[in-house]
Amino acid sequence: MLALGQDEIAKYPFLADAGQYLKDQGFSLEQFGSDPDLKQLIDKAYERIRVAADGKIYKSDLDGDHVSKEAALPREVFSFLLAIVLLKLSGMHTLIKRFALAEARRAEKFLEKDLANISDESKNQIAIRVIDDLFSVQVEKLDDYFVIPVSNYLKHSINFHEREWKLINRHVENGKVYLSPHETVRLIRKELGTYINSKIVNARTPTMIPGFEDSVNKLVSLSKKFVTYTVTTGEYPPCVKHAIEILEKGENLPHSGRFMLATFLLSKGQTVQQIAPLFKNAPDYNERVTLYQLNHLAGTSGAGTQYSCPSCEKLKTQNLCFATSECDNIINPLQFGRKKK
Amino acid sequence: MQESDIQFLENSFKKYYFDHFDLIKVPERTSEREFGYQKFNSGMTRHIAIKDDKELHLMLIQNIPSDVYCSNAYYTFPNLPMNEKDWKEADLIFDIDAKDLNLPCRESHSVSICNECNEVSKNLSQCSKCNSTKLEKKSLPCKNCIDASKIEVSKLSQVLIDDLAATKENIQVYFSGNEGFHVYVYNSQFQEIGSRERSELTDYISLRGAIPETFGMRKLKQNRADFPGFDEKGWRGRFSKHVFGSKSKRSKIITELLANGYSSFQKTLDDVSENIGVKIDPNVTMDIHRIFRLPGSINSKSGLTKIQCSDLSKFDPYVEASYLSDDTVEVIANSPIQFSLKNKKFGPYINEKATVPTFAAVYMICKKLARMA
Repeated sequence: MLALGQDEIAKYPFLADAGQYLKDQGFSLEQFGSDPDLKQLIDKAYERIRVAADGKIYKSDLDGDHVSKEAALPREVFSFLLAIVLLKLSGMHTLIKRFALAEARRAEKFLEKDLANISDESKNQIAIRVIDDLFSVQVEKLDDYFVIPVSNYLKHSINFHEREWKLINRHVENGKVYLSPHETVRLIRKELGTYINSKIVNARTPTMIPGFEDSVNKLVSLSKKFVTYTVTTGEYPPCVKHAIEILEKGENLPHSGRFMLATFLLSKGQTVQQIAPLFKNAPDYNERVTLYQLNHLAGTSGAGTQYSCPSCEKLKTQNLCFATSECDNIINPLQFGRKKK
Repeated sequence: MQESDIQFLENSFKKYYFDHFDLIKVPERTSEREFGYQKFNSGMTRHIAIKDDKELHLMLIQNIPSDVYCSNAYYTFPNLPMNEKDWKEADLIFDIDAKDLNLPCRESHSVSICNECNEVSKNLSQCSKCNSTKLEKKSLPCKNCIDASKIEVSKLSQVLIDDLAATKENIQVYFSGNEGFHVYVYNSQFQEIGSRERSELTDYISLRGAIPETFGMRKLKQNRADFPGFDEKGWRGRFSKHVFGSKSKRSKIITELLANGYSSFQKTLDDVSENIGVKIDPNVTMDIHRIFRLPGSINSKSGLTKIQCSDLSKFDPYVEASYLSDDTVEVIANSPIQFSLKNKKFGPYINEKATVPTFAAVYMICKKLARMA
């Protein structure tokens, strides 16, 4: 684990061992519930979650790189740790997710600043080490760029759906991808969120502490805002329609296309017996093989793995995507026609 | 395929395996690989573990397979079912196939076989006898196809070396045994990446999914300086050389591109991608559990051998990859197009008896254009 200074802990509180930190500072959770001065920090923690739930980044007391007031620093860490306690007590997973993401974006800002800090080499090094230790991305500084191995880049970039993150839209040279500090940090946002999320999920849930009840109840009602219902039109996406047309015409649909069609329909609840006749017109149709393969995809034969419908990105690579405006930036054909209510 | 044809192919393949053990070697880290094979008219047998050359040769002689495969992946337990194998890493593999290159010569050397009535003809859209559209297409040797595939192999090597830091010594090129090439990359930084990452890599190599901004074109705030320079590395450099042609034309062409606008640039980009992107089969590269044709084995689509090409520019597969015997046999051949193998011309044959060397007989039978007399 990294050896962190006080202001690093304030910037990256998720790196600290929560229980240890409280102990080191000489506090117990109970004190926060009872001591009127400390109780303010619970309100601060609640506020930190509420802001995150709104999709905003908690406005920190930290002013740039410097801590505005000496006392602000532990407060900053406490409000994070108490927020986790509140979240655990409320048990609201939607809030935990939103909180983790917002905290990731907050930390991202600090990481970016530290990376770009040319006057203080040590800040630079800490940011580089956090990124390497937590996410195994080896960052090297080269002139104004941060360069990372293509293989490291790909492991993270595949989680992005925006085209500018595709490797083809990057400066690639000699096995390395060239990134700005902003892009370097943006690359690990999701994993940072996942990291913080898992830290919260894996944290022990304490029993209710006197003085915490009000804030916990407020969180429970806050989370109700985020329940959504979805409806689907039931219409097939253009890639699936196209595949069906090809088969109806008796033309050859490549293996990858058949895979997509079958996994799509299986996911929509159709049975192997309902799907099999679709392939009757294929130039190389063989009933036995078709049934074998469909059963394999459905997981009713073979190792029992149920195969899922490929993503839009994969279908693009395979020349099977025929996106229309109705696709509306979905990332998997199964989402087609799904509307939030 | 009739029984006597299978018998003949098996005998010819068996002789090859006996005579050419020197060509059929297990790959490195043998015991971590999965092997598999197919026999004529039968399904795939896979999940086989093999220790060394000796065991491989025994497997070949005992089974006389039509096709032999070996994983590019390394497993802890290659002989267990897929989800218990414990995948460790995989060499990068690429398949370049002439049939994916959209070459204008294709029609002139392809024939169709009707799935309904077995009629062989040059008509590729429907059967000239029964009008059925269920046709199987077979392509015969074509130098143009091989030359075009070689160009793709060179383009691929360039991107692998310049952009992706593969070393020349770690790139091996093989003739696939039919009408394309297989390229292996060993010990690269990509050994351990998964399928989705490999799919991104194929998009990069084929110049697919690029946005205009990458090559300097913006919707707003256009700036001439954003366009790639002639000496830049990577795809920007290759784009520049292809689109501008020469340094002196760069400025004039940028003016044209800006005048034509953003959406027109996207079309330019699609054209450029079609012209300079490397045409690889993405499905092969992104499959990390594939068993891939074993070097030195025969491809039952043609009877030719998958062999390594040490000097790609001089390599002629229709001479160098044909290892079957010259002993003549009598077949009933039905190949409406003439073809050449080992510098000899064959056909055209219209459902007629012909006495031809074994390598040509095997070739035609594999292509379903002949049967034993």
